[in-house]
Amino acid sequence: MTGLQDAARDLLQSGEAAVVIGFGGGSAGGARPLMVRDPTSVGDLIFDDRCVHNLAVYLLKPEVKSLGKPAIVGTQAVLRSILQLASEQQVKDRDVIALIPEADGGVRRLETLGEIEGAVSKPDAVLSPEEQNCLDEIASLSREERWRFWQEEFSRCLKCYACRAACPMCYCSQCIVEVNQPQWIPVPAHPLGNMGWHLVRAMHLAGRCVNCGECARACPVDIPLNLLNQVIEKEVAEQFGGKAGLSATASYALSTFTTDDKDTFIR
Amino acid sequence: MIEQKRMSTTSLEALFQRYKTAGWWILAPRAEGDITTFGEVDSPGDVAAGLIQTTLSPKSAVLPIWEELFRFRRGESGIEVVEAAESSVPTIIFGLRPCDARAFAALDAVFTWDSQDEPYLARRNKVAFVSIACNQADDYCFCTSTGGGPGDTAGSDLLLTGVGDEYLVEVVTERGVELAGIAGELFGPAEGMDKAAHLASVPVRFDLDRLRQVLPKTFDREELWIDQSLRCLGCGACAYVCPTCVCFDIQDEATRHGGARVRCWDSCGFSLFTLHTSGHNPREVQSHRWRQRVMHKFAYMPERLQVLGCVGCGRCSRACPVDMNLAEHLAVIAESGE
Repeated sequence: MTGLQDAARDLLQSGEAAVVIGFGGGSAGGARPLMVRDPTSVGDLIFDDRCVHNLAVYLLKPEVKSLGKPAIVGTQAVLRSILQLASEQQVKDRDVIALIPEADGGVRRLETLGEIEGAVSKPDAVLSPEEQNCLDEIASLSREERWRFWQEEFSRCLKCYACRAACPMCYCSQCIVEVNQPQWIPVPAHPLGNMGWHLVRAMHLAGRCVNCGECARACPVDIPLNLLNQVIEKEVAEQFGGKAGLSATASYALSTFTTDDKDTFIR
Repeated sequence: MIEQKRMSTTSLEALFQRYKTAGWWILAPRAEGDITTFGEVDSPGDVAAGLIQTTLSPKSAVLPIWEELFRFRRGESGIEVVEAAESSVPTIIFGLRPCDARAFAALDAVFTWDSQDEPYLARRNKVAFVSIACNQADDYCFCTSTGGGPGDTAGSDLLLTGVGDEYLVEVVTERGVELAGIAGELFGPAEGMDKAAHLASVPVRFDLDRLRQVLPKTFDREELWIDQSLRCLGCGACAYVCPTCVCFDIQDEATRHGGARVRCWDSCGFSLFTLHTSGHNPREVQSHRWRQRVMHKFAYMPERLQVLGCVGCGRCSRACPVDMNLAEHLAVIAESGE
């Protein structure tokens, strides 16, 4: 812990970073995102098992961007997000310093996208056993049953857009749900409006989702959105190869066409 | 004077049947996976047990998440407008918490303020509240900081407090008298029941008078609002689980032949909430939107409508993906000096 706090203090004091995006203690014994701008406040930074948020979402928030260069406490999900954002030209080399807390209490500091690429590992078990069971169950359903399953799940949606707000990859300055001439997606949280939103959200993340699970964690009505993304990622990887968030330069499936792309997904 | 009676908890089944026979529809907390919402129930066995608070508030019983106000179509003699049919049925909301019962006063104040909102009132006038006092609370509850309490009767028609295997039944309103009368033989005299001993303890998190004094003077303290809102993601989770948030958006869902005018919930946390057609946005940054949320509930509503826009149910703070804890922020403001 002190290693992280020392590193944060050094960065803020030297002016190398204007803000450290990390975690602090939260309500009911939990942790919450914390932005430290004042070197005398680095003592509020914590890092342990409670620190689950994908902090990379803050890198593109205008309010945070306007503070100046950020340093960010880098979990694997954060590192993957940074690389994916870089591959989409949203983050440039040396735009952000990643601080990786190490098991021995020390901190590894990553300055460049290349260093982040070296530190990122391929995500393996991103689902809890419970989520994996749920996914297996969905996979065993018929097409019609699967449709009904998701209709049922989406029927709870409030259209609060917490899934969008918490997702580092949902950075469009004008989201399609907010385009009203023409109105592509109905605004009300009725079955059509909810289905419209969730299909667009899932498809727009195809090949870009780093599987951090933040969308599902943010959802106040517990819609397992990450499962949907998980399946799509698997499908995209099988069809087009690659995995989001492992390289700062890779192009992703939705933005790329090659003549040897498989088209077996067209059924 | 609130009349008190006693009722065995085993009489709930009979009470429900009596209400249903009398034509009431019963909404109560129901488990839906890991969340709880207010839904139709047939018997007390359907009601989610052991809850501190439901995930969603009972607000949607009077202000649905979306509703058609009217339909319109191109007719032979021009545009024809068809008002939405009034379809609400007499409804008992059962098992809501005292904070939630209190919340309807805030909704009423808004929907009867400058005009009488007919769709709202049509539903509101058919709703009765049979609340259950809280015998447990969590770190997010702060009803005692907003003028309420775990055994508060305000807003309820009947308030039940669990006392062993019985309920102390408080008959709070005229409608409560009617609801008690429907099942009179289920109730006995309440002598010797100690309500206070069976209520949760909910610590006061901030001094409301102090907050109301300080808050109007904090409008220009940019740093305070930035400090509190930097981690806010700008979603609508807090507003959509809130029992008192009333802001709505009007949409036309139409083709060239006709369509419907629809009212849907909206949230002041969204960046588009106050965006003008010109492109100007008076609340351009999240700190201004967060300030609006706090000011609306704790300054503007009490000032203009004589009712606080918050009942301390804590839902916003439980639902927030990034732990924006309202009571904590209000305490900071109240203690920040003028």
